[in-house]
Amino acid sequence: MASDGHGSERQRAASRRLSAIAGHLRTAGQQQRPQVAGIHCKAESSSDGEEAARSTTVPRRRQEVMKWNGWGYSDSRFLFNKKGQAEFTGRRYRLSGMVLPSLKDWFESTFGASLQHKSPATATLNASAVPFPSLNEAFLQDLKSTGIPFSHEAEDRVFRAHGHCLHEIFALREGKFGRVPDLVVWPNCHEDVVKTVDLACRHNVCLIPYGGGTSVSSALECPPDETRCIVSLDTSQMSRILWIDEKNLTAHVEAGIVGQDLERLLNESGYCTGHEPDSMEFSSLGGWVATRASGMKKNVYGNIEDLVVHIKMVCPRGVVEKSCQGPRVSIGPDIHHFIMGSEGTLGVVTEVTIKIRPMPEYQKYGSVVFPNFEQGVACLREVAKQRCAPASIRLMDNAQFQFGHALKPQVSSIFTSFLDGLKKFYITKFKGFDPHHLCVATLLFEGDRERVLQHEKQVYDIAAKFGGLAAGEDNGQRGYMLTFVIAYLRDLGMDYYVIGESFETSVPWDRVLDLCRNVKERIVRECRERGVQFPPLATCRVTQTYDAGACVYFYFAFNYRGLADPVNIYGRVEHAAREEILANGGSLSHHHGVGKLRKHWMPESISDVGIGMLKSVKEYVDPDNIFGSRNLL
Amino acid sequence: MASNTLYSPRDPALKKRDDFEDILEERRSSSDLRYALRCYVPVVYKGIAPCKPGVLKTAVLQSDRLRHVVAEMSKETGESADVIREEASGILEEMAHRLRLGTVRFFAYSLSKAFKALFQRVRVNEDGIQRLQQSIQEHPVVLLPSHRSYMDFLIMSYILYTYDLSLPVIAAGMDFLGMKIVGEMLRMSGAFFIRRSFGGDKLYWAVFSEYVKTMLRNGYAPIEFFLEGTRSRTCKSLTPKLGLLNIVMEPFFKGEVFDVSLVPISISYERVLEEALYARELLGVPKPKESTSGLLKARKILSEDYGSIHVYFGHPVSLRSLAQGRINRSQYNLLPRHIPRRPSQETQAFVNETAYRLVRLQEENMVLRPWVLVAALLLQNPDGVDMERLVEQTSWLRGLAVSFGAFLDWPDYVSASKAVASSLALHTGLVRTEGGRAQLAMEPKEPGSPEEDLFDRAASVLSCASYRNQILHVFLRPALLGMAMQMAEASRKDDIYSCFSFLRDVFSNEFILCPGGTVQDFDEACYMLTKCAAVHVQKQEVVATEKGQRILSFLTSLFQPFLKGYQVVCRFLCEDAPEGFPESEYVAAVRSFAVKRILSGELTCYEALSSDVQKNALAALLRMKVVRKLKVGDQVTLRVNKVAANTLENKLGGRVSTQKALLARL
Repeated sequence: MASDGHGSERQRAASRRLSAIAGHLRTAGQQQRPQVAGIHCKAESSSDGEEAARSTTVPRRRQEVMKWNGWGYSDSRFLFNKKGQAEFTGRRYRLSGMVLPSLKDWFESTFGASLQHKSPATATLNASAVPFPSLNEAFLQDLKSTGIPFSHEAEDRVFRAHGHCLHEIFALREGKFGRVPDLVVWPNCHEDVVKTVDLACRHNVCLIPYGGGTSVSSALECPPDETRCIVSLDTSQMSRILWIDEKNLTAHVEAGIVGQDLERLLNESGYCTGHEPDSMEFSSLGGWVATRASGMKKNVYGNIEDLVVHIKMVCPRGVVEKSCQGPRVSIGPDIHHFIMGSEGTLGVVTEVTIKIRPMPEYQKYGSVVFPNFEQGVACLREVAKQRCAPASIRLMDNAQFQFGHALKPQVSSIFTSFLDGLKKFYITKFKGFDPHHLCVATLLFEGDRERVLQHEKQVYDIAAKFGGLAAGEDNGQRGYMLTFVIAYLRDLGMDYYVIGESFETSVPWDRVLDLCRNVKERIVRECRERGVQFPPLATCRVTQTYDAGACVYFYFAFNYRGLADPVNIYGRVEHAAREEILANGGSLSHHHGVGKLRKHWMPESISDVGIGMLKSVKEYVDPDNIFGSRNLL
Repeated sequence: MASNTLYSPRDPALKKRDDFEDILEERRSSSDLRYALRCYVPVVYKGIAPCKPGVLKTAVLQSDRLRHVVAEMSKETGESADVIREEASGILEEMAHRLRLGTVRFFAYSLSKAFKALFQRVRVNEDGIQRLQQSIQEHPVVLLPSHRSYMDFLIMSYILYTYDLSLPVIAAGMDFLGMKIVGEMLRMSGAFFIRRSFGGDKLYWAVFSEYVKTMLRNGYAPIEFFLEGTRSRTCKSLTPKLGLLNIVMEPFFKGEVFDVSLVPISISYERVLEEALYARELLGVPKPKESTSGLLKARKILSEDYGSIHVYFGHPVSLRSLAQGRINRSQYNLLPRHIPRRPSQETQAFVNETAYRLVRLQEENMVLRPWVLVAALLLQNPDGVDMERLVEQTSWLRGLAVSFGAFLDWPDYVSASKAVASSLALHTGLVRTEGGRAQLAMEPKEPGSPEEDLFDRAASVLSCASYRNQILHVFLRPALLGMAMQMAEASRKDDIYSCFSFLRDVFSNEFILCPGGTVQDFDEACYMLTKCAAVHVQKQEVVATEKGQRILSFLTSLFQPFLKGYQVVCRFLCEDAPEGFPESEYVAAVRSFAVKRILSGELTCYEALSSDVQKNALAALLRMKVVRKLKVGDQVTLRVNKVAANTLENKLGGRVSTQKALLARL
């Protein structure tokens, strides 16, 4: 293998990696992949004739590839087939086309749901139910003269009126629309954005930047009482890598590029960013910056704030950027930190210089089974203490472990099922692990082969001290797959009266166990008190380790049969869960952001003076509230 | 408001209470030995981390909290950490329980025998047991029984064993360890021992609190302690002590447990074993030191009949729901949780209020026997009363008590005359019935000096009062209103309210009056008296009705002894107390002052001799700043504001015509 040409080895590694993590995205043949482009703005050099030919993973008319009322690609969805077995349609993912024999039992026993009780979504978007756009004619006139593409078709506007919060998707499935943007524009480059913002300021139009649309904080919701024309600024057409600097290992990229394109394009040159949030198929670079995103491999590559070298943002006040690319500077408070986490309230991020790394030579999944969650957390803490965390290390609790198991595809041979049985016997009978308490940590190692193997041994040795048993690559890989398909699974649940969502926090190490237990218990108690007829699924995993704490991720779902207003009850329970998190020393958010969903807690989270600081920045940068999404503050 | 989650004061008579089962019934018909040796598999807390007492000790000694305190002390004193750790280990050794099933079985056997000999019935509300069983599985449980007798914790453990529930670990006073073998046996049946006072001992506090918290967090066993801190010698609930309550609440505040269930338990005795002992103690005959031989001497009590015991397991109170909206738990976010910190003011207020509410719950579920009513009536008629009249009055009082929500164990099929007769029969030591008259047994058995006779009489009054005291909580609020109406000498609601508030303040060391609950108590009192048509409450006025005279005069004279007792203390402070006399001599001095006045005929109220009343009065006076404590050397002396004491006495005696001026001066 080592004797292979360097380039082909890289290529192979690239394709292997993509297949492993994001799943095979089998792009349709007629779609041509985006290229590393020149620095010229396309809008300047080309007329509208070329627009149609241009295509990226994300077309302007997103609804042609993606669901308008659910997660992800239209061709990929879970369903229960005629035999009552779950299967995943399409050809994009490793799981695509497979039958998942145990999902039904898990689904029915966990939620008390039944395949007989369906709650299907409205099939098609009824354009006449969408509020008529209130357009600012003067703005529209000026916009036309710039040649920037725009649309006020109902489908385009509805698509950009929401993120993926439960209440947003639930409303769409019922065919209900609140305030939606009046206009969608697709700038092609930084200059286009400057022009758009300029016009918006001149005509007092409200702008809401739109990247991947994967927000789960109500950040994309249009304020219902906004009387101005709301323009959704879709950055998806700004998706080129403008240059790659191999000397400094940086790439300058337009902010609209989505994660999977960024990785694929860089992989072609032998590089990667290593930034892989669970939403990376759809979320955009600009969105990551605007929400302070975190990737699952942050232990090797860092979170977005560690990755970003330079940001260009267009604000009503002008363009903000630093004048150099020094790796670290002491020039007052870092203006990047006003931008990161600003959630579209200050301006639009148009271009980002981001660190890149040579693609890892070798990748290996792994998993460890622990007798209980407490031991697992203790192990993760020790790993963090010794600063030897693999690229990713996650600890799933027992419920999530069982969830993961329900997603096992049909085993192809008797031999595999025999082996599985043997493994199970070894762990539960021979080692005496209680199947209702054991939990599993999934691992992902990256680097050169030698080091990975060495690293792997170090981690497994630590795990052994906490009673952990190595449980194979397969378990590990399936754990990561779960996070990519979970959003598709939610759509399946919603077809059968089950609603749910995830939320996250970060918390000091000594509080991890207490927080996990109390939040789960609070969810169960709140559900009971609010009349939910079936016990909810409340499960968590520790998804990131830091020196001083960890990131904890919760899944919460329940069967809402018999409830008049399930979304309202869902919201109240989630609210209570967040209160519990805060009372237990957890943060308001680790990486999802605040948006409008959590801004209620901002003053207690950052103090009144802190709020004042943010407000004064907003007042200077955007005095007329052009970026009027009303997130954060 | 939190109060609503605990109880609703409106119409207490409607309170639904559970039925009782006699657990001795089965014991009388089957083998005690088999019972003691039966298979005992209690349900346990779902999050339990099972461990042996030894492991528990290690966990405590190695806890972050203790390590922190040891390191700090070592820094302060220069002593090596090892020495301090050794000391901590010694404290823990002295404190820790060593629960052993064998000992428990021994107790199960011998207590069965003893209980059958002593009591007619031990009755338990089984619904409460079921609720408790549920709670034990869900959350760490804290058992909070009332404390009237040494029997209390034996009874508690016995009942839990009988119902196959986890045996509690019990906080007991160190004095028990004085009883050689018994102390160790109690230890092996789950008692752990704490010193009565360890004010400034940081290490002791750390070991003690960490020990309790560790058991709570692990769900090791239900934790049992007495909110009242000590046995109530008067059978009236004592104002709660907060130390242990603070400790068991902290794990919840700091997020270490999801919730804690607080279970108020009311244990009521038809006859308290220590009856005679208590009266002597209150009169200044010191409490005998707990000793094994003393206990053996107590064997003679085995031959007497002590009637029945009622144990009512109240509804578990969720600490989480109590704290909802009251305690901001994120206040603990910024300091490592093992570093001890004084609770914030809001936390202290919350703990205090909760403690009072829990004691009130204990009071409310305290089963009262008809005898309690009889005792109250006899005390109001020191010269005796015709049996017929006594029966009529008892029957009348029953109606009143029930309408005020008393938990009376007096089934409808038992006639008043029968109830009175059987009450008197059980308490022949206290009551003389001759020639159709009933009277407190006041004549001394063998005449001695006038003072000795006086103490004998006082002893039987105080014994009798200890039964009357059991029902005071039912009448307290309406009685305070009645007294306030008398005191105000007018019917303006505002005046009455201010007198009510004054009285309530004076008596807040004497009775269980939740801090800050004046308005609520006033409304409750108005409601109760209106309900029985004793008063008319209008917008501006409160007027007594014709029919209400009997009720009001009963109520005011019910509480007269306390009013008198406080007056005597004030009088003493005005007339007899030397300037700056030591606190330690206070009780003896007041007592001899009162004795003189009784002998001279100026005073007829024997209850003024009770050291309990005297101490409570002093506490009230200190609180009201009529008396101040001064530390001179290592002696604490009292300084009296004689003018204020005089005014207070006058006001209590209702000898003031211009109350406005008085209020201004107070």
